[in-house]
Amino acid sequence: MHIIVCMKQVPDLEKIRIKSDTRQPVLEGVPWRLGEFEKNALEEAVRIKEKRDDVKVTVISIGSPKLKDTIKEALAIGADEAILLTDPLFEGNDTAASAKVLAKVIQSIGDYDLILMGEGSTDEHSGQVPSRLAELLGLPQVTYVRELTLFESKSLRAIRDLEDALEVVEVNLPAVVTVTPELNEPRLPPLTAILKAARKPINIWNAQDIGIAAEEVGVNASTIKELSNLAPLQQRKQVILDGDMDDNIDELIRALQREGVLTL
Amino acid sequence: MNGVLIYSERRTLALELLTFARTLSVPVSVALLGEDSRAWAEDCFAHGAQCAYFSPHPALNDMQADVLASALAQIVTLAETDVILSGSTLRGREVAARLAQKLDAGCITDANGLRYEAGQLIATRYSLGGNTVSTQTITSPRQVIAVMPQTIQATPLEGFNHGEMIEVSLDLKPSPVQVIERRPKPIAGVDVASAEVVVCIGRGVNAPQDLAMVEALAKALGGVIACTRPISHDRHWLHEEQMIGISGKVVKPLLYLGIGLSGQIQHTVGISGAKIIAAINSDKNAPIFQLADYGIVGDLYQIVPKLLERLSTQSP
Repeated sequence: MHIIVCMKQVPDLEKIRIKSDTRQPVLEGVPWRLGEFEKNALEEAVRIKEKRDDVKVTVISIGSPKLKDTIKEALAIGADEAILLTDPLFEGNDTAASAKVLAKVIQSIGDYDLILMGEGSTDEHSGQVPSRLAELLGLPQVTYVRELTLFESKSLRAIRDLEDALEVVEVNLPAVVTVTPELNEPRLPPLTAILKAARKPINIWNAQDIGIAAEEVGVNASTIKELSNLAPLQQRKQVILDGDMDDNIDELIRALQREGVLTL
Repeated sequence: MNGVLIYSERRTLALELLTFARTLSVPVSVALLGEDSRAWAEDCFAHGAQCAYFSPHPALNDMQADVLASALAQIVTLAETDVILSGSTLRGREVAARLAQKLDAGCITDANGLRYEAGQLIATRYSLGGNTVSTQTITSPRQVIAVMPQTIQATPLEGFNHGEMIEVSLDLKPSPVQVIERRPKPIAGVDVASAEVVVCIGRGVNAPQDLAMVEALAKALGGVIACTRPISHDRHWLHEEQMIGISGKVVKPLLYLGIGLSGQIQHTVGISGAKIIAAINSDKNAPIFQLADYGIVGDLYQIVPKLLERLSTQSP
């Protein structure tokens, strides 16, 4: 059984600063990491692998060549092999272009049973890429999975977590499955695994390697035009009380009364 | 823009989208997919739909995204529309993306604002995990925009609006995804989205029995209790409908009081509409303090009981 895990590389959201005059986000110097939801997808793939002896896990990620180190984390967690798709042409990919790139690679791999992804990316959370990928590959898709069981008969049962109901579904493989953070608790790789991961293969491919033309991807192919991307206007008083506890509590109550939000 | 097609599996959301679409001066139609939605037609007409494309095809009954998207793609051709507005529920955003791929269209999901300006539809959505709000347009000839519930307020047209119901014959196959069972979730007794005071807890609250203390505080403040994602989705101490954040509720209370939560952006994106933000956290470097109007640095297990005591001695 071959499980493919697609992982997005995202900026560390907690480290993004906002320019106070323009409200623009500052991404320079912000470290990149694997998306949170994708870690649940990878964890699930590795758990399936640990239960059976015929499972291979391949991680695919689109990103800059600098992200070779980030992808090593996925290998340390337990993936057998990584494919890093890196090309300046991919910069500014919209969801359609990312899905197209992933579909090309997955088609060239050919032999696969399950594609696991996060329910959305940690940064944009549009949830579009898995659906577009499923459509491109002509595969069934099961989204928002919080419980997953694979059967020997090359099928799966999943519990989908929707707003008002849990939906229990079954589908034959191959299929695209997206997962929620509640599916599992992703592990932190032990040092020995990190060392061992250095010997696992990382294939670095560009657009030409996978047969994608320049006009199919990147900014020029994008169907989304971003007019602006700014932090919402937030002006808070930031009165932080760090003194004697009783005084703090009195001061808080007085402040809330002054603001008219405490109707005592 | 030649016309707008509306779809949501949630009736109220379809009416919200119709309320917006009818302002665009183009033909507005709605897709009613599945036998259950037959009864929605009159409501849809009353909210501005000129035409309802209805299909009772049995393959639609399980509401799987692949079948819904295939049905919508066929209706788009029939109706000759180029803009599709869908509801951004979990199911709706999946349908939107799948449909967009079929139509070779650009797609925006989770839009929390939508306007029409200089001949273009302009949507806003959270970006960079909620750090920013991105304003976007779609440049492809066909456009799919999935809009969050309650982004638009549904209002019926004044007077009678005549609409045409067209039962369409669609070419649909049953989804390869088989629905075995649907287990409805219990309904939350607490409506955090419309509360005037929200007391929100995070992982700093150690045990479920400690909820009583926080609930008492919420009550003393005349508010309701809400939480961050781990509390509802991992620990299941509170209902999922009480979760505030990018994947949960957005609140606009007079007072938001965050207790034992660090203030990660995925959560705080849901509280920026609060008039006053207050926080209690033992870590003075917790990000919540940067967003707060008032904060107390300290142990919530000491502060909450004292605060409660103070509030009760002050009440008449």
